[in-house]
Amino acid sequence: MNLQSKDLLNMPHPSADHLDLLEAEALFILREVTAECRHPVLLYSGGKDSAVLLHLAYKAFHPERIGLALLHIDTGHNYDEVIAYRDRMAERYDCQLHVRNVEDSIRKGSVRLRHQLESRNPHQSVTLMEAIAEFGFDACLGGARRDEEKSRAKERIVSVRDEFGQWEPKNQRPELWSLYNTRVAPGNHVRVFPISNWTELDVWQYIQREDIELPKLYFSHLRDIVRRGDILVPVTHLTPANHGDTVETISCRFRTVGDISCTAPVASTAITVADIIAETTQCLLTERGATRLDDRASEAAMEQRKKEGYF
Amino acid sequence: MNISAHPSLDNEMTELAPNQSPSGLLRFITAGSVDDGKSTLIGRLLYDTGNVAADQLASIQATSQKRGLAAIDWSLLTDGLIAEREQGITIDVAYRYFSTARRKFIIGDAPGHEQYTRNMVTAASSADLAILLVDARKGVITQTRRHAYLAHLLGIRELVLAVNKMDLVDWQPSIYQAIVDEFNAFVGQLGRHHVQAIPLSALNGTNVATHAEAITWYDGPSLLEHLETIPSRRDADQAPLRLPVQRVVRVMMGNGANDATDVEFRGYQGTLASGHLQVGDEVEVMPSGHRARVTRLNIAERALQKASADSSVVVSLDREIDISRGDMLSDPVHPPRAIKIITADVCWLSEQPLQAQGKYLIKHTTRTVNALFDDLSYRVDVNTLAHEAVPEKTVMNDILRVRLKLQQPLFVDSYADNRTTGSFIVIDPVSFHTVAAGVII
Repeated sequence: MNLQSKDLLNMPHPSADHLDLLEAEALFILREVTAECRHPVLLYSGGKDSAVLLHLAYKAFHPERIGLALLHIDTGHNYDEVIAYRDRMAERYDCQLHVRNVEDSIRKGSVRLRHQLESRNPHQSVTLMEAIAEFGFDACLGGARRDEEKSRAKERIVSVRDEFGQWEPKNQRPELWSLYNTRVAPGNHVRVFPISNWTELDVWQYIQREDIELPKLYFSHLRDIVRRGDILVPVTHLTPANHGDTVETISCRFRTVGDISCTAPVASTAITVADIIAETTQCLLTERGATRLDDRASEAAMEQRKKEGYF
Repeated sequence: MNISAHPSLDNEMTELAPNQSPSGLLRFITAGSVDDGKSTLIGRLLYDTGNVAADQLASIQATSQKRGLAAIDWSLLTDGLIAEREQGITIDVAYRYFSTARRKFIIGDAPGHEQYTRNMVTAASSADLAILLVDARKGVITQTRRHAYLAHLLGIRELVLAVNKMDLVDWQPSIYQAIVDEFNAFVGQLGRHHVQAIPLSALNGTNVATHAEAITWYDGPSLLEHLETIPSRRDADQAPLRLPVQRVVRVMMGNGANDATDVEFRGYQGTLASGHLQVGDEVEVMPSGHRARVTRLNIAERALQKASADSSVVVSLDREIDISRGDMLSDPVHPPRAIKIITADVCWLSEQPLQAQGKYLIKHTTRTVNALFDDLSYRVDVNTLAHEAVPEKTVMNDILRVRLKLQQPLFVDSYADNRTTGSFIVIDPVSFHTVAAGVII
């Protein structure tokens, strides 16, 4: 029996009151962590989830300024537009922005690449841990969501990491009610995910409701791509077309925006947030399934990376 | 046995007024023993509501085939960790999301066997409803009773008795009815609950997301219909105002947000644990006992006339009172108890045994205080509900009735009256681990 028909697919809700509840939960978490932790920081990449998180932080502190600095771990492989957007948002929300570069870790020798064009995404962990040590952060707030990936679904909202940044899935702190335990031993820190309980669709509905600005890459535009199986690889200086590839110019958008070498766009004609919500509602592929080259390496790619300190 | 007895099941308490529509979010948990079909039920719910993406489906289909299985192994969808897939077991609670045109759902998917109490308590703490799975061939077993008790302990009033694998007993109504009767008799001893029993087949999807017309003797809802229409805890929350203060906001020259026009501002941030708050309302501030009126209510720049439970707000008062994080704004007519000795049921969550002489930290709402276990009254056998002498060594999953002595007062209600002001966690001040969860009597 196959009931997987269009009319049953996750339709937008008639009432948006679930967004109020998700928002209230996130504001609560942001306030708890900033009230209890000594030196928290907000991880900010300029992607849609961190855009939502920054907006939530604005609401959590209002009428005070956001009481958190932003930290971006720059792989050096970002789209220029996203970097410009990042800087603009830091200024708009009046936040101090710390940028630490994977390039510097490569120069120091703490990150070693197998080859020059290798994805730098997994290596962010090293630079992130270096930044945590440098600033003495005891809490890193980030925009990760449990619906992104199966192992993410298992992680607590307040997740303890040791001095290597490792996540221990078998030894997590129980987390009950909304009583978050933010205490950590010296050298350890917590990763905090205020939008854990949000889905991709919730994020887009919230972006629409709150009119949150995003990089244009999230909306349809014309781009040169090469088809590799079912993945559209953008033609860039980091992911050039190989000899014999057919380069096509198509209308596409990004569902996730990260390191150029590992994020792929999807074919789309959506030019407004409403269009994207409609597409997300109808889409049969997960956000990462269609777009992330690195999660496909094995069934447990994300879990492995997180054990190594990845966000 | 010391169990409050309410022999009749009470359906009235959770019914909504006809003009109210249920909230757009429902949190529920599923519980059952290993082979009762929990993963299959969750997989089926997700699949039949169109919440399994094509790439996920392709991936679990391929793995099922590789393992030589005739049908899809839905546990592959929910077991996310390498160790879980290797061992074919669920290690930890996972949260799943799905939505229909009517509602969004968060499933707390707790493992059925290993470390059952602790995981079930964790998942149940945030749930509005519990689905208890029973294999129609086996009927109500010890684990069903245990799960019902834990759901009760955690204050879940909405129970679904999902009688699964009905196809394997030829949909015989007598078998179903016997299970329902036995379950109701047991749950009736625990207190006030609303039980919806549903005969179903998770594997075939019968009565899961669609209604089985062929089962003429059952005229109740399908599982999904029930989940879509049942009120959440929030819909029924008529409790008096409780607003634990999370942060004090002060705006002076220079620290205002971009568009904040106030030169000076003082307000209190927090989430309404229960009740409503309106501009003009008088509140009592715990612990000072001072009263003040609400002059402003905000969510960021949006001014509200009225806020309801679960809203995360900023409150301004009409006079300057010394208020800090951990204090509580409450209904002056029905204030919480301010007490330094609390009686509670705790579930021990840690592998480290309880140190009866040791000092612990209690985190209750936004207040953390030092505490000592003053008395360990008894241990509950979660299988029989009998009260036993407290063993020499308290181990993980034990449920104990205790008395705690606190260094400073907490502002509490009983858990039965208020899940937020009636609950706490116990933190080990040396390891910083969360070692126990408690519900106040």
